Amino acid sequence: MSSLPVVAQTAGPRAARAAARRRGSGGVNRRPRWVTYVILAVVIVISIFPLYYTAVLGSSDQQAISRDPFPQLFPDLSLFDRFAEIMGSTAINFWNGAVNSAVIAVVVSLSTVLFSTLAGFSFAKLRFRGRGPLLVFVIATMAVPTQLGVIPMYILATRLGWVGSIEAVIVPALVTAFGVFWMTQYLGEALPYELVEAARVDGASVLRTFWSVALPAARPAAAMLALFTFVAQWTNFFWPSIVLNQSNPTLPIVVRSLQATYFVDYSLLMAGVLLVTLPLIVVFLFTGKQLVAGIMQGAVKG
Amino acid sequence: MTDPAPPRTPRRVAFSQKLSRWDVKVSPYLFISPFFLLFALTGLFPLLYTAVVSVHEWNLLGGQGDFVGLQNYVDVLGQATFWKSLRNTFSIFLLSSVPQVVAAIVLAALLDQNLRSATFWRMGVLLPYVVAPVAVSMIFGRLFADQYGLVNSLLTGIGLDPIAWHASPLASHVAIATMVNFRWTGYNALIFLAAMQAVPRELYEAAIIDGAGRIRQFFSVTVPQIRATVIFVVITSTIGGLQIFDEPRMFDAQGLGGADRQWMTTVLYLYDVAWGNQKNFGRAAAIAWLLFLLILLIGLVNFALTRRIADDGGRGRSARRRALRRRGVVPVPDGEPRPTRPSAVASAALPPARTAGASDTDPDAGPATSDPERSAS
Repeated sequence: MSSLPVVAQTAGPRAARAAARRRGSGGVNRRPRWVTYVILAVVIVISIFPLYYTAVLGSSDQQAISRDPFPQLFPDLSLFDRFAEIMGSTAINFWNGAVNSAVIAVVVSLSTVLFSTLAGFSFAKLRFRGRGPLLVFVIATMAVPTQLGVIPMYILATRLGWVGSIEAVIVPALVTAFGVFWMTQYLGEALPYELVEAARVDGASVLRTFWSVALPAARPAAAMLALFTFVAQWTNFFWPSIVLNQSNPTLPIVVRSLQATYFVDYSLLMAGVLLVTLPLIVVFLFTGKQLVAGIMQGAVKG
Repeated sequence: MTDPAPPRTPRRVAFSQKLSRWDVKVSPYLFISPFFLLFALTGLFPLLYTAVVSVHEWNLLGGQGDFVGLQNYVDVLGQATFWKSLRNTFSIFLLSSVPQVVAAIVLAALLDQNLRSATFWRMGVLLPYVVAPVAVSMIFGRLFADQYGLVNSLLTGIGLDPIAWHASPLASHVAIATMVNFRWTGYNALIFLAAMQAVPRELYEAAIIDGAGRIRQFFSVTVPQIRATVIFVVITSTIGGLQIFDEPRMFDAQGLGGADRQWMTTVLYLYDVAWGNQKNFGRAAAIAWLLFLLILLIGLVNFALTRRIADDGGRGRSARRRALRRRGVVPVPDGEPRPTRPSAVASAALPPARTAGASDTDPDAGPATSDPERSAS
């Protein structure tokens, strides 16, 4: 049987399509029927609907919401007036929260990538005593519910004078076991020993080898790790809500103070929730492909 | 760091060699040290010190007080709210994990077809993952509002009674579990999808030759083949699920689990005892340790179960493969075609499943990433 490109060249594209259809029916690689697409479309609608509904409520006024849970079919421009009101409110501290969230997410992502790649390079490509057991230890720590150590963490933060400032959120998150494991896996496969040895033969120090050989090779996995860390930090609530406060918040804490301030004005409340969510949606639109690939290459919940 | 010029005297050679040997010996430890230092400081120490706090009288404002032995544990175990919080945590956990895993597997099976614009559908199911749990909780709090909520108005629209989503314990658990499911189902579906794509296509071809339909293929080929991944997802969602905090905290404006504490989870209870009304660190530390022991216990049970299931899976699988080989459907391991899709790495990156299923040496699960950027310039 001639391959499909050959059919396309000799008998034209329509014949190729027909051949593909004939061969596809019943085989492993056949195209699914329309039912699959309908079900998937429903799933996507369910994914998007809550955000859409938030935009609708954010565009309606309070009286309309209390009469009808779906006061209008589409969001409108009044949404932006409410955005402006929230951004300008002194009780909410929106900009402070946005800057803090951005600083925390960026710093933690960069440092996680750097330290994880360093450790991953060491575990994957360097020989040293205790390497195996230490790696097992790293993996085991992923199962430790560190969240339950919050009380000593808080006592420690008090001693250091960090309560209320973002160091308290940044420092404990500087590197994660997951990141180390992830980079070890990746570099184990993607970085040939020959390259490391070649660098050594050329007289490079271990650090230089890391910088010039391992780090460039780690780029794809490092980008994914940075993305996941960014999302995890941006949405993180438990520890920040304990150690920070509303005068120096992150965006999830801003949501909490929205709830406390506007708990009767659902319209403003929902506009605020959308406002806080939008930055990550924008990031997702540009990087969703990498996030999908990252999860499918073995990312776990952060 | 190194001198590129050739060393001039023998003494310098010796020195630079010594330096280089030292470099090779110490650098590996230096490189891994940031993680271990940080874990010791923010992981291990706090967990152990929690035990110290839990046997003292200790307040948010007053600091450390007298040694009280196990009194805090006795106090906590004697409080009805603690037991209620455990009940709520388990109820929400079961309502979120079981339907979620089933839905995610089905969704993955739908995605594991030769779809047009596959990336679009995959991104679509992942979208909820980037919505922060606090935001999800606020949005669903509105959808599930007792009055003027969309869900209730739909229910009354089709002639049913409205449900007291906040007042009733079970209904509030369903509402909170729905939030968790909303955020994580698509994410887990992609993990399962990766596992499904690592299933050798020959198995499906063999099943088709044997006359198996779509449904039969799903239950007899797909599900057994992704068993290790299912176990992995169940374990990670157990560790996370028993520590659920964000969603119940944001489900109403007070954030204390409802008037009757009907949806207060254990971590929310811990938070309330430490930073809420009581400001009692000693008792909160006791709660943390009790929950820690519980998670450990469940982890061990999980581990024991996993081992058995994974061993069975390994045996069953290799038996099937042998049978297929006899029929000449699957080539012998040496000539086995390695999966070309990078997603095949997924099964190699699942730590608990790997350590648990040591006998599980499926040659197809081997990593085979071929990335254009891997050869560093």
